[in-house]
Amino acid sequence: MSPKTLYDKIWDAHVAHEADDGTCLLYIDRHLVHEVTSPQAFEGLRMTGRKVRAPEKTIAVPDHNVPTTEGRDDPSQMTEESRIQVAALDTNAREFGVHYYPVSDVRQGIVHIVGPEQGWTLPGMTVVCGDSHTATHGAFGSLAHGIGTSEVEHVLATQTLIQKKSKNMKVEITGKLKPGVTAKDITLAVIGETGTGGGTGYVIEYCGEAIRDLSMEGRMTVCNMAIEGGARAGLIAPDETTFNYVKGRPHAPKAGAFEQALEYWKTLFTDEGAHFDKVVTLKGEDIQPVVTWGTSPEDVLPITGVVPNPEDFEGGKIEAARRSIEYMGLTPGQKLTDIEIDTVFIGSCTNGRIEDFRAVAEVVKGKKIKDGMRAMIVPGSGLVRAQAEEEGLADIFREAGFEWRLAGCSMCLAMNPDQLSEGERCAATSNRNFEGRQGYKGRTHLVSPAMAAAAALTGKLTDIREMM
Amino acid sequence: MEKFEKLQGIAAPMPLVNIDTDMIIPKVHLKSIKRTGFGKNLFDEMRFNRDGTEIADFVLNKPQYRSAEILVAGDNFGCGSSREHAPWAIADFGIKCVISTSFADIFFNNCFKNGILPIVLPQEQVDLLMKDAEKGANARMTVDLEAQEITSSDGDVVKFDVDAFKKHCLLNGLDDIGLTMEKAASIDAYEAKAGAARPWV
Repeated sequence: MSPKTLYDKIWDAHVAHEADDGTCLLYIDRHLVHEVTSPQAFEGLRMTGRKVRAPEKTIAVPDHNVPTTEGRDDPSQMTEESRIQVAALDTNAREFGVHYYPVSDVRQGIVHIVGPEQGWTLPGMTVVCGDSHTATHGAFGSLAHGIGTSEVEHVLATQTLIQKKSKNMKVEITGKLKPGVTAKDITLAVIGETGTGGGTGYVIEYCGEAIRDLSMEGRMTVCNMAIEGGARAGLIAPDETTFNYVKGRPHAPKAGAFEQALEYWKTLFTDEGAHFDKVVTLKGEDIQPVVTWGTSPEDVLPITGVVPNPEDFEGGKIEAARRSIEYMGLTPGQKLTDIEIDTVFIGSCTNGRIEDFRAVAEVVKGKKIKDGMRAMIVPGSGLVRAQAEEEGLADIFREAGFEWRLAGCSMCLAMNPDQLSEGERCAATSNRNFEGRQGYKGRTHLVSPAMAAAAALTGKLTDIREMM
Repeated sequence: MEKFEKLQGIAAPMPLVNIDTDMIIPKVHLKSIKRTGFGKNLFDEMRFNRDGTEIADFVLNKPQYRSAEILVAGDNFGCGSSREHAPWAIADFGIKCVISTSFADIFFNNCFKNGILPIVLPQEQVDLLMKDAEKGANARMTVDLEAQEITSSDGDVVKFDVDAFKKHCLLNGLDDIGLTMEKAASIDAYEAKAGAARPWV
């Protein structure tokens, strides 16, 4: 038998039907659903008289629209349209009988944080959601990717997706990371290397010592942004770190079933000599704390750099860079550490987990954020929030001057009350710096949680290594 | 779904690279629970000032391109979110075909589910069609899906590739779910087999 990649193995285990031209029906083990991309899909089922084929494998949670302030049960905190979407999910989840974590449930949160936390996401599974950051779940060695609403309806009705196999890409991060460098810096550095289209048509497997050394939280951060590199899915082979994280989660297998699953999970790795269509290698020790300067996640530079000149680029990117620099209100040659910010957002499915908050607490403990700074920390789930409270992190944040919020997508995207105003400049731990992403004419610099914390203290983009 | 066979229409040029889904349809406009009505917010922040007035030099606001049915776009079109609202907005505006050197995967798939034909061509052919589109309302291109050919207003013919299954579905306006449900026996068999092998799933 020819050697297989991890992707090949998971793919092969999920083909329910293959047509002569290679078009497959891929069976889906877990379908996560949120309120923005699902209403039209449920409506489609209703109109055609179809049912959800596997409600026990379908998990719904509202996240994009929900306010993150106290008293959010009060409908006046949401716009009419947001309220309609959240209410539609509530109705649909109950009517079609799927698992459901409503806003009032302590387990509610961002769908990509809730899935792993509750043990829904397990190694070797196929996981989909009408959300491109589904790539997050690849951290467990599960094949996970975003789908459109028509596909959401298709999965609800048939528990399968019509798919053709992607190509295999290996991203290896060798060696050790230097102090101050995090999973977020790895994933941004990779996108800086490959471009936002570099992964198009591929599934990425991340490997190498620096990846192995990451916690599950760090691995989720890396895989989360596979999509910003153009790849639908990113994978990391499961190992002891993975198994230890999964064990004991509410929906993970128990006792004998866990042992049986473990035996299978241990077969989930890329065989020696398996073929990759593309290989990218970065040295862990070369990666520096990075920030984005533009309006595409590929606009990445080490914090020690300067705003580039559009003429340094080629082809269509020259115009794109010119547009970005103008939008961002920057000057070519300006030092990145001279860029003043007025807002800090820490949270999102990229960096809204407990480890991220511990990193922030380490930086801000006993200190105060800069005068006039608007800084918020938004846990990825109600359980992350509870844990941070228990560990005393929330007190550290409050004392430093941060707003400590309830769980949701918050300021990662301008669909709820947490938004940037025109011209505001934000150091954000989220995943996209597109024009208008955090609010109309808002300006986003993507950074790691530690770098965001440092920026909150100094009021400027800051090299975290100088504060260590 | 509406069939896509042969389209003759005005092509609008958008040479900017990395046009993302937030540009195509900003999130504030994602809040409808319907599939229609998004066309009025297509490219909203590029197309309109905050007060709702049009930005005159945006391509789709120019008189010659207001009824464009084809978009010739820069590399990596549709990157970003999985939101199907992006193709819904494009289709609702009246654009039925997008031509570029590459598309983001999820967006690419979403197009086919909504009767939009995304066409990938090499740089020099996109450049040729971009130039043609820049001629304005006289640039009426013909896109023939059956023959897999684009004919420019000058009569240049450009061949393109398309996945056979996706072509079949577009040409016939077929609904994926109905087609898959015909294979229910395969899905049942898979569930039985996988359920025995991996009972914890």
